[in-house]
Amino acid sequence: MTSIDNLKKRIIIGTQVIKPTVSVIPAFEIRNLKLWYSQNQALHDVSFDIAANQVTAIIGPSGCGKSTFLRSLNRLHETIAGSRMEGSIKLFGDDLYLKSIDAAYVRRRVGMVFQKSNPFPTMSIAENVLVGLRLNGVNDQKFLKQRLEESLRLSALWDEVKDFLDRPGVSLSGGQQQRLCIARALAVQPEVLLMDEPCSALDPIATMKIEELIQTLRTKVSIVIVTHNMQQASRCSNKTAFFYLGRLIEYSETRTIFTNPLNPQTEAYVSGRFG
Amino acid sequence: MNNLYSNVVHFRPSERQQKLRRWKSYFVKLALGCATILVVTPLFLVLYFLAKEGASSLTVDFFTQLPKPSGEIGGGMANAIVGSITLLALASSIGIPLGILGGVYLAEYGNETVNYWIRLCADILNGVPSIVWGMVVYAILVIPFKAFSAYAGGLALGLIMIPLIMRTTEEVILLVPQSYREAGLALGIARWKIISSIVLRTALKGIVTGVLVAIARVSGETAPLIFTAFGNSFWNHSLAQPIAALPLQIYTYAISPYEDLHHQAWAGALVLMLLILGINIIVRFISRNKSTT
Ligand SMILES: Nc1ncnc2c1ncn2[C@@H]1O[C@H](COP(=O)(O)OP(=O)(O)OP(=O)(O)O)[C@@H](O)[C@H]1O
Ligand SMILES: [Mg+2]
Repeated sequence: MTSIDNLKKRIIIGTQVIKPTVSVIPAFEIRNLKLWYSQNQALHDVSFDIAANQVTAIIGPSGCGKSTFLRSLNRLHETIAGSRMEGSIKLFGDDLYLKSIDAAYVRRRVGMVFQKSNPFPTMSIAENVLVGLRLNGVNDQKFLKQRLEESLRLSALWDEVKDFLDRPGVSLSGGQQQRLCIARALAVQPEVLLMDEPCSALDPIATMKIEELIQTLRTKVSIVIVTHNMQQASRCSNKTAFFYLGRLIEYSETRTIFTNPLNPQTEAYVSGRFG
Repeated sequence: MNNLYSNVVHFRPSERQQKLRRWKSYFVKLALGCATILVVTPLFLVLYFLAKEGASSLTVDFFTQLPKPSGEIGGGMANAIVGSITLLALASSIGIPLGILGGVYLAEYGNETVNYWIRLCADILNGVPSIVWGMVVYAILVIPFKAFSAYAGGLALGLIMIPLIMRTTEEVILLVPQSYREAGLALGIARWKIISSIVLRTALKGIVTGVLVAIARVSGETAPLIFTAFGNSFWNHSLAQPIAALPLQIYTYAISPYEDLHHQAWAGALVLMLLILGINIIVRFISRNKSTT
């Protein structure tokens, strides 16, 4: 059975993903990752493992390649003309960049939430949540209904919207829209959720809600979050990777990064002395 | 005390200056008003003449009867009205799908150089006199099949619609923010499904507007029909045969020597005008609601 059949079965039956003993196989194994935009090299030789069922924060000054790195994890950088990648990335042991693997398949396993919430403007709340399943060929109404409630509950939005699921997704508040986007990403049951500065456009209360959400989600999916907010990184992540000028400078337990970093550049950045 | 504003001089114009200002403003308003009247007058003149000359002939017969043999009084344009609708339907079935597909290709696929040339061609085609389209279809369809036909007329109008719809479709698709495409891609949705179910749906109002404008544009075309659809004084029973059309019938009647037929021509023109006006009002209505997306 090909992996795509596997995925279809997973979506249709709705079974949980079976991950081989979590502690042994990391969510991502990144080896010698280099990435170029035309002539401009955005990532230099990045290698590290991202553990499963944990929250990993990516920090670093603007332009250091955080978004680029995140996009290489679901092959979204491939949509940018002139981008080129070298090295290897494995997701739970499967090489994501094999020729035989379809990028769409990778993206179903690796969900993504963007900086600016982007619910589809022509779709209702329910349609927004289910669009990933529907357009991937899932038609089982009972299953869709169940996924709808499940995803909205997971993203802590169910109680707020359950009575008007037919309203346009864009009629929600900014924070709710971002949680709707999280629900939309969760509906296809990804194994990993990438978040690119998900709270940077939100007020403190909406931010807090998303942070709480991240804590409950991490038992179900592995999360990689890019953030400019040091408090946020230290509050909600287990491990933190510090990037600078396209290089991974330091990667370690979040507590270590913020209290006792090895590298002086990390120290300078987390203490706010540059960046 | 705020340093930034500490040296602001509070400027108050004198009584005279204020008076001058009011006068200037008044004259500009007057000039603009005159310009507006100049623009709108021809439109109302056209409508007035059409109504004055044509309204008396806008009877039930006009919509239900065939034209009478030449020389006889009465009759109507029923066949021409149905013919025009038939031709527009044929033209739409060619122009809408090809135009939209072309627009999607330009906006979503293709590379810079190819697209540059396609756009250039489309823009040139948009400027080609419509009679040229008629001649082209005459050469490729009428001569080989040795017959004027509804198909030929529909094709000529459809070809005119393609570049029009293509360019407007491209424009509105490019207005759809990239972030929606990325959101779709990140869900593992195939590219063509993102385009057909998300991008096109978001751009739908703009596309419909473009299509309606194109239909309005070709509905009054006469020249490309002269040697394709040709016209017909009777009902058309097969699309492979000549078919009547409002603009053609208007032309035939207008150059005829009979007073009664002249009035019918005015009435035909009035119907055509109202049709186009109707389409434009629908377009206005659709694009007014555009802001909801
Ligand atoms: N689409 C693109 N085309 C060309 N170069 C790009 C593109 N996107 C990013 N880059 C370049 O890649 C480098 C890394 O950019 P990236 O967006 O990954 O930074 P970032 O760490 O996410 O910054 P920020 O914190 O501001 O979001 C930058 O030098 C940027 O100019
Ligand atoms: Mg970024």
